Amino acid sequence: MYTASDLRKGLKIVIDNEPYIIIDFQFSKPGKGQALYRCKLRNMITGVIVDKTYRSIDTFQPADLEERKMQFLYKQDDQYCFMDMETYEQVFLNEDQVGDAKNFLTDNLEVEVLFFEGKPIGINLPNFVDLKVIKSDPWVKGDSVSSNTKPVTLETGYIIRVPTFIEEGEKIRVDTRTGEYVTRIKE
Amino acid sequence: MSPGLRNRNVIKKKKDVLVLRAKILDLIRLFFKEREFIEVETPFILPYIIPEAYIDPIKTEVGYLHTSPELCMKMLLGLGCNNIFQICKCFRKGERSKIHLPEFTMLEWYHVGIDYNKLMEECELLIRNICYKLFNKEKINYQGNEVDLATPWNRISLTNAFEKYANISLYEAVDKGIFEEILVYKVEPKLGFKQPVFVKDYPASMAALAKLQDHNPNIAERFELYICGLEIANGYTELTDMAEMKKRWETENQKRTQMGKCVYPFPNGYKINIPDCSGVALGIDRLIMLFSDKDRIDSVVSMLSEDI
Repeated sequence: MYTASDLRKGLKIVIDNEPYIIIDFQFSKPGKGQALYRCKLRNMITGVIVDKTYRSIDTFQPADLEERKMQFLYKQDDQYCFMDMETYEQVFLNEDQVGDAKNFLTDNLEVEVLFFEGKPIGINLPNFVDLKVIKSDPWVKGDSVSSNTKPVTLETGYIIRVPTFIEEGEKIRVDTRTGEYVTRIKE
Repeated sequence: MSPGLRNRNVIKKKKDVLVLRAKILDLIRLFFKEREFIEVETPFILPYIIPEAYIDPIKTEVGYLHTSPELCMKMLLGLGCNNIFQICKCFRKGERSKIHLPEFTMLEWYHVGIDYNKLMEECELLIRNICYKLFNKEKINYQGNEVDLATPWNRISLTNAFEKYANISLYEAVDKGIFEEILVYKVEPKLGFKQPVFVKDYPASMAALAKLQDHNPNIAERFELYICGLEIANGYTELTDMAEMKKRWETENQKRTQMGKCVYPFPNGYKINIPDCSGVALGIDRLIMLFSDKDRIDSVVSMLSEDI
């Protein structure tokens, strides 16, 4: 059990049976008055951000969270299957739970699956993934005002802007946090 | 970079502020000595603590670290020391923010024979004098605000401050249990930007150890000084009735019990003959933030125990 004085940036607590992480924290206290603990919290399942103000008598349950390294196996309908490479245990996440990460998931990619009270709730990708360009229209200089980049389609179906020298069949490195092109991979 | 070296570099950057800090401390002492106040020192480690619902002391093997020198200075007043001041460290558990340190420097003084109105004037004089002696002018620039320290400063009752700056009355806020939220998020951010302001006349339930007004016992003769939204000082016409004082200490301890917090022993058998006087506690670190235009308390102290 945490008390309000334990609250700080990065702490993970349970509110209404869901895990939240404190992303911003501010302590205020009038000299003789009660302390206020103002928190900005992100729901770790839905991503929704909420503001809450607590007082010193408030208490909190720590969120029972675990991260396990797992490999992405396959997608069937809207279910994404991941497997623990040591125990061979398989878990499924739906499209909402995978979120934008679906744009960067390729077979056998190693990711961290986040479990809350033993149930999988989401995944963390590596910061960088290498993906193949499967579709790139021929590019004519001066076609557009932003003529130094062009859109291409990656093997996951994700459309991304890349420098005009990238061609179909090449591999590129993408930053999964921003969804942006980083560099060309020479094989 | 090693932590030691990092600290040395931080201290180097701080040198100007530390020089200013030392000057301000000198000027404070000069101000009081010119007025024939005695500078006193009282113990930091005490067997008793003035119980306050929302202030937690740090307990050591040999007693409590004082949260303010109020109790001991009042004992000195009772012994016949009249006008006294003290500059000392105070300790409050768990208080840490941009403007809080669990170990901070307080200036506390007591002036016999005056009420809180006269004491507010003394605060004005002290801070204006420091400013004038430092910068040869009566204005400071704090975080882009020009604050005019020419006296007299504004005074506003707490009731009127709520009326003016919040969309809820003081009494409604207290009733709903959201007094601190409204004060901290709505009222304080508006206080004392063009000119410092004294917020005064607190409800009797927030009297601390202030005397209640003779003609209106619902109001305590207590004030807080705000400059640029910062709470700088808290003062009052002192309560001298020992029986009433003990009642208030018991009330504070009862509030602590209700919140599930521990109660604190106070000097129950001790009789203090406090003369008619007024007293005020002023946060030195925050005052130095104002004069050095720093927005973090960390920037105005030589070092933090958390960094050593």
